[in-house]
Amino acid sequence: MIRLADRNFEPVAELAKFEKMNENAGAIVSFLGKVRGQADGQKVKALHLDHYPGVTEQSIYDIVQLASARWAIDDALIVHRTGEVLAGEPIVLVCVANAHRRAAFEAADFLMDYLKTEALFWKKERLDGEERWIEPREDDYKDAARWRKE
Amino acid sequence: MARLLFFGKLADLAGGRSREIELSQDVGSVADLIKALCVIDAVLGEAVSHASVKFAVNEKIAPAATVISNTDEIAFLPPVSGG
Repeated sequence: MIRLADRNFEPVAELAKFEKMNENAGAIVSFLGKVRGQADGQKVKALHLDHYPGVTEQSIYDIVQLASARWAIDDALIVHRTGEVLAGEPIVLVCVANAHRRAAFEAADFLMDYLKTEALFWKKERLDGEERWIEPREDDYKDAARWRKE
Repeated sequence: MARLLFFGKLADLAGGRSREIELSQDVGSVADLIKALCVIDAVLGEAVSHASVKFAVNEKIAPAATVISNTDEIAFLPPVSGG
């Protein structure tokens, strides 16, 4: 399931629901991404996440399809924030359920790498008295490229 | 009128999310539209001309050669930074 949240969400409650929906899974892997309080030594107040309603969801769906084609995972949940996300708040939650752990770990890792580089989101960092759009990082592309080498 | 949508830093450069423009007869593709934008607004035109910018026509990712008309929604998507 894919859900865009325009306000703060509760990761523990989301994980509990996901676990209940996947009672027969032997492994559930979850990753929680949060807004860092600092960037390059500067205090970060918030991130603003721009997205393209409908099309952003489709871009995430395509990523989940890629993961499902690669690993026979039972289920995946992605909750992604939009709008104004304050420092310390969750920005993305990825959960993967599977019979065994290895595929669940790998699929969750893959989903995060592709969310960073392929999902239609644009982040603006709000610092003290300044704001700037975040450019994609070379490391993010390198992380995503790992899955294409094998 | 065609509806143009701008996301991320392009929305700031365009002064907002959307612009409605009447496509003239010589604007048949997204690539033509970019050339037309360069004439109307040099700064925005240069920004959308960048090789890293992708396009969507009527909510589907589409190449610059895609044929467009005055009923279409054309979105300009700068490099993403999600997750």
